[in-house]
Amino acid sequence: MITPTHYLVLSAALLVIGIVGVMVRRNIIIILMSIELMLNAVNINLVAFSAELHNAIGQVFALFVVCVAAAEAAVGLGIILAFFRNKETVNIDEMNVMRW
Amino acid sequence: MGHVIAFYTLSVLILGFGVAVITARNPVHSVLFLVVDFLFVAALYVTLGAQFLAVIQVLVYAGGIVVLYLFVVMLVRLRRPTVPHEDRRRLTRLGVALAVLVLVEVVAIAAWSVASPLPAGAVGGGQLVAANVEQVGMALYTDYLIPFEVASMLLLAAMVGAIVLARRPL
Repeated sequence: MITPTHYLVLSAALLVIGIVGVMVRRNIIIILMSIELMLNAVNINLVAFSAELHNAIGQVFALFVVCVAAAEAAVGLGIILAFFRNKETVNIDEMNVMRW
Repeated sequence: MGHVIAFYTLSVLILGFGVAVITARNPVHSVLFLVVDFLFVAALYVTLGAQFLAVIQVLVYAGGIVVLYLFVVMLVRLRRPTVPHEDRRRLTRLGVALAVLVLVEVVAIAAWSVASPLPAGAVGGGQLVAANVEQVGMALYTDYLIPFEVASMLLLAAMVGAIVLARRPL
């Protein structure tokens, strides 16, 4: 029998994979992909509880998360392209022009 | 029993491809692993009775967002020169395999929703897809109409912002 706990564990594991990707990788495109993995982990939670509670509202919120993910990908990749045009790099360690 | 097997199989595949996304050395491989990961998450949604969200996941994530990532990975050229692979048909085969995978998944979503009973479904038979879409649509266009409109404004703002950012500087 699959309980909501199983889905919580799966979702937490996927979220941790995404966090490790953000922390470890230095290529900003991979970091954005890790953020997409984390958003998917949240969606699994929402859909699992939507099914458990027989309520479609969780799926509505998952739809909003997909919408935000699409907006984030569009703007984030636009920033990456603009940055690459200026500095010829996608390494996040070299993105320090706003540091001071 | 089938539900349990489906859950564990999909979990292992989702987590395995998730690890592959963050460990692959080549960003293009990372993007391809991400597509496969999203497809398995969509399959998990089907086992949860969320067919509408599963189709949205395939269309928006696997079809839209990941293609955007692939474009950027290709535009941002890497330092080391690419060496041509001996087997030139390799990518063609990979592309065809991925396309067939997406087709099989969409057909499987339709077949599952018609043939199989769901853990959360109160109604049976071929009305399940319609019931799921109907439920989501009713919630989206009545109680959550204002958030829905705000989401569309967010997408518009993101689209304008992305165009402004990606344009050549004046």
